[in-house]
Amino acid sequence: MSLWEYANPVKFLSFSGKIVPWFAASAAFFIAVGLYWGYFLTPDDYKQGSTVKIIYLHVPAALIAINAWFMMLVASLIWLIRRHHVSALAAKAAAPIGIVMTLITLITGALWGQPMWGTWWAWDPRLTSFLILFLFYLGYVGLWAAIDNPDTAADLTSVLCMVGSVFAVMSRYAVLFWNQGLHQGASLSLDKEKNVADVFYQPLLMSITGFVLLFVALVLIGTRTEIRIRRASALLARERG
Amino acid sequence: MSALLLRDMRLAMRAGGGFGLSLAFFLIVVVLVPFGVGPEMGLLSKIAPGILWVGALLACLLSLDRIFALDFEDGTLDLLATAPLPLEAVVSVKSLAHWITTGLPLVLVAPVLGVLLGLQSDAFYWIVLSLLLGTPALSVIGTFGAALTVGLKRGGLLLSLLVLPLYVPTLIFGAELARRGIAGMDVGTPMSLLLGITFASIALLPFASAAVLKINLR
Repeated sequence: MSLWEYANPVKFLSFSGKIVPWFAASAAFFIAVGLYWGYFLTPDDYKQGSTVKIIYLHVPAALIAINAWFMMLVASLIWLIRRHHVSALAAKAAAPIGIVMTLITLITGALWGQPMWGTWWAWDPRLTSFLILFLFYLGYVGLWAAIDNPDTAADLTSVLCMVGSVFAVMSRYAVLFWNQGLHQGASLSLDKEKNVADVFYQPLLMSITGFVLLFVALVLIGTRTEIRIRRASALLARERG
Repeated sequence: MSALLLRDMRLAMRAGGGFGLSLAFFLIVVVLVPFGVGPEMGLLSKIAPGILWVGALLACLLSLDRIFALDFEDGTLDLLATAPLPLEAVVSVKSLAHWITTGLPLVLVAPVLGVLLGLQSDAFYWIVLSLLLGTPALSVIGTFGAALTVGLKRGGLLLSLLVLPLYVPTLIFGAELARRGIAGMDVGTPMSLLLGITFASIALLPFASAAVLKINLR
């Protein structure tokens, strides 16, 4: 029994079909609890007032936006090395979710920045690198959409994902060099003694857990859809031929 | 290899090769900016490095689809792929030909256009230097983008979408080098970073370009 068994689409479909409802339900539970707790049961920040509550959407979405690209990179590598179709389709399914999460991060960030910094947008390193990440996602999805042959598309987007990762990291450090910005440092980290204050920290963790589960559920659903599309087009091709 | 280089350069320079096109585009971008921001020379000379860099980048972008498209259509690319020369070398030579016919002329006309933007005479040196160090990276990265989109019918727009984010680090360090040099500040950091990007791209990206070209020719 190894992980690679799920590279078989049939096994993947039956297994993921069983776990998707659990992921979806627990994602809904964690997000609902995290957001309700965060929005209604925590006090306002003494400096930021109630705008601090944007954190419960902004931070989890940003986390997913970055890690979705990382997941696509791993899935692309698996496709290039072991030629498992499920892996390529999972990378394809993750990209639109990454786009939406990047957009959520940018929009909630703008809404947060307006009252706090007095501006919707600043050419700050973090903001700028998210905008660049957004462009990378657009290019990736555009390339998937433009190519008819699914295997060629999977190969080309995988290489693009790898090269893009290098350039995305370089852009990240390039903009850091270019402009020291308004945005604070990391809100959360594992090796830090003190993260954000506990009242905000616990609901934030709930919300992040919910977003991670939501991402997994959405990727699984997206991959299942892609597999079925692939099957349907194979059936159509057989009928025509 | 030199035969291929000469062939590509000749094709690019002759009529219909688009040799003058990117230069004319560069000229138009630089001429249009003063119309947009107003004729104030102080402001123009301040933003001149940025305008020249963005203009050169867009002009370079415009000529990218010519690297492979014509050879792909008439079957030359298939012959090159089956030739004894490794595909990585073919790709490198094509990048070099692109740079000689697009990047180098852009570098050379940049000071002339700098006059229009009110650049001081000592600023020319930094503009030329930063473009000279940065444009090879633009050609090599662009070749990768062109190789990715070579088989596509509506590849042009997608090519821009794919290549522009990849150009971000080069643009940042190149323009920063020019800006710092003109302001008389220390240029060591942006110059070494720009050189790092250029040399790393030249060394590594031809392998990625050749790999995607092989996939596209399958």
